[in-house]
This record gives sequence, structure tokens and C-alpha cells, in this order.
Amino acid sequence: MAATAAVRLQRRTVGIRRALAPIAEARGMARSLLWAGTGITLVFVLLAIFAPILSPYGFDQYQSGGRRFAQLAHPSHAHLFGTTVQSTDVLSRIVWGAQTELEVVGLALAFGLVVGVPLGLIAGYFGGPFDRGTVLFMDAMFAFPPLLLAIVIAFLLGGSVNSGVLVAAIAITITYIPQYFRVVRNHVISVREEPYVEAARALGAKPLTILRRYVFFNVVQNVPVIATLNAADAVLTLTALGFLGYGVQPTQGAEWGYDVSRAVSDAASGIWWTGLFPGIAIVLLVTGLTLLGEGLNETINPVLRRRTIRQVDFAAPSMDAGAELLEA
Amino acid sequence: MTAILEVRDLRLWYGTARGSVRAVDRVSLEIDAGSVLGLVGESGCGKSTLGRGILGLLPEGARADGEVLYKGRNLVTMSPRELRRLRGPDLGLIFQEPMTRLNPLLRIEDHFRETIEQHDSKLTPKDVRRRSLDTLGRMGIPPTRFRQYPHEFSGGMRQRIMIALALVLRPSLLVADEPTTSLDVIVEAQILRILADLKENFDTALLLITHNLGIVAEACDRVAVMYAGQIAEEGPARDVFADPKHPYTRELLRSTISLDTKVLHSIPGAPPNLISPPSGCHFHPRCPDVMRVCPAHDPIETQPDPDRRVLCWLHGPEREIPDGGTAPLEREQIAVAEEA
Amino acid sequence: MSAPDDVLVSVRGLKTYYSIRGSFLDRLVGRTGAAVRAVDDVSLELRKGEVLGLVGESGSGKTTLGRTLLGLVPATEGTVEFEGQDITHASEHDRRLLRRRMQIVFQDPHASLNPAMTVAQAVGHPLEIHGLARGREEVRARVADVLERVGLAPAEQFMDKFPSDLSGGQKQRAVIARAIILNPVLLVADEPVSMLDMSVRAKILELMLALKHDFDLTYLYITHDLATAKFFCDRIAIMYLGRIVEIGPSEAIYADPKHPYTQALLRAIPEPDPRRTIPRDLPRGEVPDASRPPLGCSFHPRCPKAFEVCGWESRDLKELLERRWAGLGEEGFEAEQAAVGPMEALDVAKTHVRLAAHGGAHGSDLRGLLDRARAADPAEPFWTGVQEMRDANGSLEIDWYDPVEPRLLPADSVEVECHLYDETALAEAAQRRQSRIPQ
Repeated sequence: MAATAAVRLQRRTVGIRRALAPIAEARGMARSLLWAGTGITLVFVLLAIFAPILSPYGFDQYQSGGRRFAQLAHPSHAHLFGTTVQSTDVLSRIVWGAQTELEVVGLALAFGLVVGVPLGLIAGYFGGPFDRGTVLFMDAMFAFPPLLLAIVIAFLLGGSVNSGVLVAAIAITITYIPQYFRVVRNHVISVREEPYVEAARALGAKPLTILRRYVFFNVVQNVPVIATLNAADAVLTLTALGFLGYGVQPTQGAEWGYDVSRAVSDAASGIWWTGLFPGIAIVLLVTGLTLLGEGLNETINPVLRRRTIRQVDFAAPSMDAGAELLEA
Repeated sequence: MTAILEVRDLRLWYGTARGSVRAVDRVSLEIDAGSVLGLVGESGCGKSTLGRGILGLLPEGARADGEVLYKGRNLVTMSPRELRRLRGPDLGLIFQEPMTRLNPLLRIEDHFRETIEQHDSKLTPKDVRRRSLDTLGRMGIPPTRFRQYPHEFSGGMRQRIMIALALVLRPSLLVADEPTTSLDVIVEAQILRILADLKENFDTALLLITHNLGIVAEACDRVAVMYAGQIAEEGPARDVFADPKHPYTRELLRSTISLDTKVLHSIPGAPPNLISPPSGCHFHPRCPDVMRVCPAHDPIETQPDPDRRVLCWLHGPEREIPDGGTAPLEREQIAVAEEA
Repeated sequence: MSAPDDVLVSVRGLKTYYSIRGSFLDRLVGRTGAAVRAVDDVSLELRKGEVLGLVGESGSGKTTLGRTLLGLVPATEGTVEFEGQDITHASEHDRRLLRRRMQIVFQDPHASLNPAMTVAQAVGHPLEIHGLARGREEVRARVADVLERVGLAPAEQFMDKFPSDLSGGQKQRAVIARAIILNPVLLVADEPVSMLDMSVRAKILELMLALKHDFDLTYLYITHDLATAKFFCDRIAIMYLGRIVEIGPSEAIYADPKHPYTQALLRAIPEPDPRRTIPRDLPRGEVPDASRPPLGCSFHPRCPKAFEVCGWESRDLKELLERRWAGLGEEGFEAEQAAVGPMEALDVAKTHVRLAAHGGAHGSDLRGLLDRARAADPAEPFWTGVQEMRDANGSLEIDWYDPVEPRLLPADSVEVECHLYDETALAEAAQRRQSRIPQ
């Protein structure tokens, strides 16, 4: 029984294993990009998950055991990355900040996918007035600078939604939905004409079944790549929002962009640690996500994909042996 | 007749993740000036690779070994620069899909001007025009359409334009890779007519690569039958079709469906993969006449007639066959999973 | 005609037009673009258990006819009856039920399987769609049965493979398996072997014949290949530009093809027999644009046997001149083209044109030009269609005879749509010949 269950499990996962095969087969440049990106991103993910354990203090903690921390203290044993003008610990703010960044970016990606992908599927497959309407709307969204759009949304939602993370996530989502929509829709339009989709219609499949079983899997392959690259972009948008004061509010969580904006005035008086460390954190996370996205792109995108090949060796013997047949 | 091109012991192998694909494995051929040689075989037998390899057009990761002699020079060892200079005025190529080879943004006129000027920049615009119109006219393209764009032409017209583009520099050898595959049967016959008449009109030799035995019969002087990277049989088309010497040629002819077909016939099994082809004769697992020597030793090329070559132990040489080697081999039951 | 109860499909006056989107400006002012007449007034019957071959070149409408029959493309006009029931306007729900009875096999086996589904998922999906099997295991068992039946045996070896792991022949077997798993009565096979290698074609055709016998199938075999059709089909319908030009029993059509188009198709097949050479008198040109079909008989511009009534018109004159110029050399061409001037006026189908002389030439020069063309090739059928040429004020007026629309008429054991077999048309042509104004 156990054996057949294993066989069945193997059968079910065959698709997943096939989808992941290119990643396992990646070589050279694509492989290094992928690994470097995964490594850097993973560090931040771990920071975010284990923030309560790893962080020496809370993100807005300015005292310990009844004693207030020094303001703008140099990096030292007690405060590895120093303290800010509000006496908070820079290291703690970085660790907690990782949590905020990843929460917002994760939510934004999820919203973007949940809205953009199905819209793209439906508009692309059914076409007609719905398609024309959505395309027009999405193109109009493209016309706005993403940051401006995000600021407007954050401003509008700021009053009614309490969670700063949610506000920031929604604000960022709005700017990315058109991207998913456009990529998915255009891809659906080409897949829609494939004979296997017509075959599915001839089999009597309903439109939603066709979308789910025949179109979806052949269209979503590009989505992880865009999603990862967008994640990098989203970090920048979130920190920009924070820098301008429209992002996650200081009372709601640590946010690197906000920290950098507070550090601007410090820099003039030679206080480098309050700005440098959050800045490095932003650069590292964005780099990590970009490398991951580019690596995925190189691996998944068949146009860019390169497989390793064995050098041709004319002297190599043929692998098949049949001489014994004569002797037998 | 003198050979315009001689291929000697040519090997063209591709590197892949799983090993080398022996797409062309020790092939020798001669093409006489002004003659038409048909290269026929099923998909994946290496015929396209051979056609491109002759012109030095190999993909990355491929390696060539052996000789391709054109006017006494070996194309295999020639520098890419020299090869490029030969392509056009000496060696031409026609592809299967004419649309993908014409630039949609260029008029037909511009295609010709670019092609001609690349190799002969001394011609005046008037001469370029005259030469282009003359070649196009012979292909049946009216001069009124000289300034039109590729999309304004039908499929057959585009293929005629491609042929004219290849011929305008008067090459001595033209390689045509499945030139009629995407065309309708009447248009295909029109194009074959043009190709078969090349010799009279342009004094060009033609290597015609096709999977269709009918096309070879209609248009070719000689035929080379290719199987699994090797030339199984070569000879005058008429003789080969009338009396095939290699069992593969015979079976392929029998399985071709024509207007005279009364009973369907097919070759059991499927063509082998060329990374690890079967030992000895590559055709032995599917051969109805297989003998004990066939899987054990590589076949040796023999000449059953002065003008023909065949790569099959049925035709000897007898002194090379070990004792008992000619006894029939119980054909291994072909695993159905191998069936195409 | 056969008894109605042995007719499986009956098509009456079927038309399928595709509208071409006009330019942006056209749409703005509410003008609709031209229509491609993919299927233009076709009637035929498919009897139970027979194999009907639908033969034609690309653009003949054969594929669209097959798809319209299955309801994959909406019919513009006419009716399709299946088992005595009009299904032309069946609802989506009824149509879905019909899918169990009628299935299709596509030309390109590499593209007709979803690359993201395993063989078992692809072949078993029809059962899930129609709720015909309970549970995963039953689906797998039925899939295994049908795979073995189409020669993909042992089935276990193939079920969990993806299409990219199979050869062309194996993919086509899987596609056939997917089509027959629902136990249909009608199978539309759209060029099922044309993308396969020669040595594989016979195997797939043999498989299809065996399945027809085992499952009591009726086939509509769509192909451009008269050789496989001859072997495979009981009856043949030859299509040209959306119309059936000849239909009848296979033996009759191959033994004695009536329509000049059928004759040309048969002679153009490259036969593996080096004693035969390619005929030099094949029809010229290619299948014309179906949005602007020739007047009269669609085949007349290419037909070597066309005559007075076939529908000669302005566009034929343009083609004649272009053909002439292709072989005339640069000087000859330039001189003549200067006299004729721009030929846009000839692009619209008309039986009367006024050709203005250009570059200082006169109407008589144009006439001289056409006379030379005629003298160069007196056998050209185009000239039979010219009723009159008149010089008029520096231009040349040309009148062609009015076209006579061809009709599908019985001739021996077949039906053929050609004026050569139409007594009325022949009589009309004879009369025109006699009353022709001497030139």
C-alpha cells in the first residue's frame, strides 16, 4: 500500500518537478545570479521571521530597565549600529524594518497577482468590450508615475485604514496590477489560438475549465519572474513612500525609508550611522531580489536559457555494443 | 562531368547535455556541375545538418571533421570570413519558410540591391536593376511588382523570390532545404519545375534536401538516401528507385503512399536517437533482412554497380564477413514503446 | 439518393464568412470590412460508416467546413443536420452534449496536446469534462485501455509522460486516443498525417482504419493529399475557394477526373516514379484571395480549358500583362508599361474597362500591344472571353462577356461544377462564339 501511495504521490508531483527542472539544470551565469539572489533574500527573510529573537530591542524602544538610551550614540557594544536622535537602537530598527518591508512587499505581490492575473486571463480569453475596457483602464494607469499614484492612494486610504502596512501594500499594488494584467493578457491572446485550446473546446470543455486547465499553466510561467523583479521595485517604492512620510507611520512599525529621511539632518553633523545602515539594508534587499528575478528570468525564459552541453569528442566510442551478438 | 563539390568523410556532431549527437557521421558525396542531387531521409536523419554543414552554417556547439572540397579548397578548415565571401556568388541556400527569410520592412528591390552590392559593389544601379529583373522574370515574377513588400506576395511567389535572390549572383551550387514543404501541390510542382530547369537556365548544381521521395523522382538526377547520419545508398535516381539495393531504401519506397498504393506498408520501429545509435549497421533493429554480422560490425561501402554505392552487408564485401555472419538474425521483438 | 436514416450529417447551403476588420477609419464611420468567403454555399451528405475525403489546397475552405460542421466556427448561412437534428444553432449546453458524438483530430500533433498536461491527464480529460468516469482510478483505467488500443502500449510507460517526450507519431496516437475515448460516431480528421514522416503515415492511417471498424466510426478526412485520400476514402469532395467543384465516389474521381482543377491536382502530385516528369502545362498562379474571388467560376484565371462563359474580367487582363512583362526583358517591359500606365483601374472586378493610353501613346497603340500579346500566345483562353475592343479618344475600351455562374451538376457517377459539363453554358458559349464581333 505504501508503495502505491508513493507512486501516486510521484504521479501528482510530476508537474511540479517538471516546472522546477530548469532551476535545477541552471548553469553558469544564471546559476550564480540565482544563488546570490536567493542567499541575500533569504537572509532578510530570516531576519524578518526571527526579528523578536534576533533584535536586541523593540523597534520603538528608547529605554531599557528604566534607563533611557543615549541620543545619537556611536556604534558600541550596547548598540552595535548606534542609536538615533529618538534614542532608538539602529540595529533593532533594521531587523524590524526587514519584517515591515517583506510584509508590505508580500502583501502587495499577493494582491497584484490575485487581481491582475485573473483579470488578464479573462480579458485575454474572452476579448470583446470587457477586454477593451480593462485595457484602456490599465493603460491609463500606466500613464501615471508609479510613485505619484502610490502617494495618492496612500493619502486617500490613510484616513480610513488603520494598518499602515495594509495601506502601503494597497498603494503599491495599484501600481503593479497593470503590469501583471498586461503580461498575462498578451500571453493569453497568443495561447488562445493554439490548437490544444481549440481541441479543448472540441472536447466540450467549458470556458472556465479551458482557462484553468489549458491556458493558465501555459501563461503563468513568466509571472514569477515579473513578481520577483516587481518585489525589488516595490521595496524602492515603499521606502520612497516612507521617506516622504506617506508610508508606514513611525508608531506602526520600523521602516528604512523613514529612517533615512530622519537621518538626512544627522549627516550634516557627521553622524553617519543613522543613515548608512538603513541605506545599506535597502540596497542589499533590492539587489538580492533583482538578482533572484534576473536569475529566474535566465533560467525560465526559453529565449535566454542556455543549457550546458558536452563538448563534441570525435574519438569517443559509440556507447552501444553489439559485438557479443555475433559470438552468441 | 566534373564534381563541383566533394564531401569526404564528413562528420558533423552536436554537443548536447546528454552527449554528442552524431547528426552526420562519415558521409562522402559528390555533386557534379549543373546536376541535381536529391538528399532524402526522414526527419532527424541529419539531412538538414549536412546541407547546412556544407555551407559552414552550423549552430553553436557543433563540430565538423573531414573535408568539403569546393574548387580545391576545404570549406571545413576555411575561416568564417572566407566562407562568407563564398556564400552568395559561389554557394547559395534556399530555406523551407520563405517568409521568415525576407525582411518585411524591405522592398523586393532592396533585397536584391543588398545582395548584389554585398558581393559586387562595382555595378551601377541600372545594372543591378537589370540583373534583378532578369532573374525575377525567369522565375515568373512580373517587373511591376519589383517595388512591393514581401507581405504582398503569396507563398509560392515568395519562394520564387527567394530562389531568384539566391540565383542572382549565379552561384555554382545551390542547397535547397525542403523548398516546397509549406506550399500547395500545384505550386510545389511549379517550383520543382523551376528547380529542375536550373541547369539549363543558370548552369547551377543543386543539392535538393527533402523527405518526399516523389520530389526526388521528379526533379533529381541522382539521389542519396540518408539514415541515422549516414548515406545508406547513393546512385542515379532512376536506378535507385527501380532497383533499391539497401533494405531501408526499399522499405521507404514501399511505405510511401502514392496514387498506386494498394496496400499500406510501414517500417517497424522508429529512427534511432543519434547520441547512441545502434551498433554496426544503424538500420539493423528495423531491417527485415538483418543478418548476424549486421549488429556486430560497421557495414563497409560497396559498389554493386559502377555508378552506385550502398552501405549494407547484403552486398558484401564477402571477405570481411566472418563465418556464419550471413545467417539471418532472429529480429529482436521491437519493444512497442519504441514504435513511432 | 440514399435513405435518410443512413445519413449521419447533412449540410445544406452552408456559408461561413469571416469578416476582415476594416481600417480604423472604416470602423469609425461604421463601415464593415470585406468578408472572406471561406465556405461559400456548400451542400453535402455524410453517410453512416463512410469515409468522405474533403480535398483542397490551403485557402480552399476545407478546414473551415470541418470546423463549422463541428460548431467550432459559427455558420453564416445554411444548416448542418446531425442524426436528423438541426444543430446549426444549438445552445452551448446541447453543443457540449454533441461533442461526445463528434470529435476532431488536428493536423499538428505537436501543438494539439497541452504541453502542461501528461498523456493520462490529456486523454482522460474528456471523461472528466462529461462526468463519464468516477474517480481518478477509473479514469486511469479507461485511459490505459484506450492508449493500448491506439498502440501506445504498454500504457503505463506513456501515461505520465509529457507531450514533449513523445515522437510525432506517438503524439498523434495520443490525440486520436483523446478523440475516441468518448466513443464518438463522427471523427473529423484534419490532415492527421501530413506532419508525419513517410514511414509513420501508413501506421497512423492503418490505426484509423482499424478504429473505424472497431468503433463504427464515420470519418470526414480533410486533406490536401490526393494520394492518401485515394487509399483512405470512399467518396471524395474536391474544394476550391470555398466551393465543392467535384464530388463523387473515389474510384470514379481517380479513374476519370472531370473538373480541370481535379485533373491538375492529380497530375501535380510528385510520384516516386522517375519515369514520370513534372508536367509543364500545370495551372498557373495560386489560389486567389477569398475576399475578392474571381467572377464566374473561381478557377477560370488558372484553368487551361476556360472559355467564353467562365467569367473573364479586368483582373485577368492585368495578370495577362504582368505575365507577359515577366518574360519580355527590361526595355520591352518599360516601353509597354509606359503606354499602359498605372493599372489600379484593373484591380476592381469589371467586365467593361476603359484603358487610357499614357506617355503619348494612342488607343490604337494599346490595341497593337494586346494584339502582339495575343499573337505570342494564341492559345491563351483569356481571349475567348473578350467580346469587343474599341478605340475611343486615346483610350481602349474592352468588353468581356458576362459571367455565367457555374452549378454543381451530375456528370456520369459524379457531380461537377464546371461549364464544360453544363449543356446550357456550352450552348451559350457556342452562341457567343458565333455572334462575336470580328476583330
